[in-house]
Amino acid sequence: MSKIKGAIVVDEGCCKGCGLCVVACPTHTLALTTNEVNHKGYPFCRDVADACIGCASCAIVCPDACITVYKKKVE
Amino acid sequence: MSETTHPTNLAPSRADIISPENLVYKKPELMNDVTMHYCPGCSHGVVHKLVAEVIAEMGMEEKTIGICPVGCAVFAYRYIDIDWQEAAHGRAPALACAAKRLWPDRLVFTYQGDGDLACIGTAETIHSLNRGDNITIIFINNAIYGMTGGQMAPTTLMGMKTATCPYGRVAEIHGYPIKLTEIAAHLEGTAYVTRQSVHSVAAIRKAKKALRKAFEYSMAGKGSNLVEIVSTCSSGWKMTPVKANEWMEENMFKFYPIGDIKDTGAEK
Repeated sequence: MSKIKGAIVVDEGCCKGCGLCVVACPTHTLALTTNEVNHKGYPFCRDVADACIGCASCAIVCPDACITVYKKKVE
Repeated sequence: MSETTHPTNLAPSRADIISPENLVYKKPELMNDVTMHYCPGCSHGVVHKLVAEVIAEMGMEEKTIGICPVGCAVFAYRYIDIDWQEAAHGRAPALACAAKRLWPDRLVFTYQGDGDLACIGTAETIHSLNRGDNITIIFINNAIYGMTGGQMAPTTLMGMKTATCPYGRVAEIHGYPIKLTEIAAHLEGTAYVTRQSVHSVAAIRKAKKALRKAFEYSMAGKGSNLVEIVSTCSSGWKMTPVKANEWMEENMFKFYPIGDIKDTGAEK
């Protein structure tokens, strides 16, 4: 059975740490940083688990368009 | 960015997945590479993305004129790479009407908030919709004056606390919230009147379809179109963006139900 593997690239400087992507992610791949901030002083989102399916939910709800999503089929 | 490890050699590495042919979603190309000034979690950003995507899908990049309001979206011209015009407070539909009459082949839309459209610009909005100008009005309704610091707007819900009604909106003092979209649906000149939201992925997809339909109707000369987007204002409401979305679902949707209110294309 083929499996889908996804990956995201976050523009960390553009993220404002609103957390909407964390809630939208169905596989709990995303989390906000707790001890790190970007140059604007916001915590930012990053992928913490290897569970991304490339559904792009996080990128669609991101108001600042700072997430790029990739998806690949694994045989 | 933390590198992820894979249990087997069969799984592709992160570098394998991140390549142009595997791209699923990226920032719309029509959007300029600048950070938006909106607060974290603001619905404006999502609506900007949808507008940029719809214009690009319709191939109208060179033939679109947007009219900026006064309000939080006053800098909308910085974010989407199309022609823009800044209107005086509330006068965006009047300017859009002029632009559309001078250039009938252009896609003309206004982007207004509730203070701009439902308060100071009510006359322009209603008369523009009633004339059936072939324009689209995008109405961002977050039930509060966001830019000026969270004062009561005409669309503020009953009992909702704002800076100028700290004990909640009361009918005897403040009157009732205005449903401008329902009023617009009664006007002869309107072709498509709808109310959408951008709180979830499904809602965002529906809102995008609604925007596309409104833009297509305005280009087909069917009449004026109003797309209301029920939005959040996490700063004005004094909530986190996630909590604001929940609050909107619980309270705003009761008074501002989501869905198409008038669609002349579907009736025929």
